[in-house]
Amino acid sequence: MTVNVLYFAWVRERIGLPREAVETEAATVSELVEELKTREDRYAAAFADVTALRVALDQELSDFEAPLAGVREIAFFPPMTGG
Amino acid sequence: MAEVRVQADSFDAGAELNRFSEAQAGAGAVVSFTGVVRDVSGGLEAMEIEHYPGMTESAIATIVDESKARWPLTGALVIHRHGRLEPGAQIMMVATASAHRVAAFEAAEFLMDYLKSRAPFWKKEVTREGTGWVAAKDEDEAALTRW
Repeated sequence: MTVNVLYFAWVRERIGLPREAVETEAATVSELVEELKTREDRYAAAFADVTALRVALDQELSDFEAPLAGVREIAFFPPMTGG
Repeated sequence: MAEVRVQADSFDAGAELNRFSEAQAGAGAVVSFTGVVRDVSGGLEAMEIEHYPGMTESAIATIVDESKARWPLTGALVIHRHGRLEPGAQIMMVATASAHRVAAFEAAEFLMDYLKSRAPFWKKEVTREGTGWVAAKDEDEAALTRW
């Protein structure tokens, strides 16, 4: 399946792009992260500590063990600092 | 009635509050909060606020809906800016209205607490020495537990 992967804040800066289409058979967010980490050092650096990251699936906050079936948009970002 | 606006443009907090207040039939209390860019350590040139278009609006709407489920509000208003903001600029405002002040105050604090940690905004400080992302504070996450 093809999913849209979005990156925000320092995750975007570290990976070097705001979004990309990713072809994956990963069953969960964690599996997708492991796939991305093997791509290049910049991905490995961005995902080195996933406890410092948050994930949203189709624009709703989720977690790294969540299944990806049916998901079209996955976003990775640091903890939010609104207000 | 609830209104959520996510925008790059500045806003007139006084005019927004007056307009909001006039629309609140039956409200005996209107509470508002305005967040302003402050130069904490000296040398701040600007705050750059990034957000997640689409999710930002839906996340704030969910937070507002939750506040309306918890308190008998006649209305709520949230305006949050993104983009480059200089010290002294207004970042965001929240207004709540209810028959009585306790509900309006509590709902405004609830909205602020959740906007800080659950609305997808990220702040970057631009100083003379360079730039850096503002880290989320543990106390902001802890603040959610009181609700």
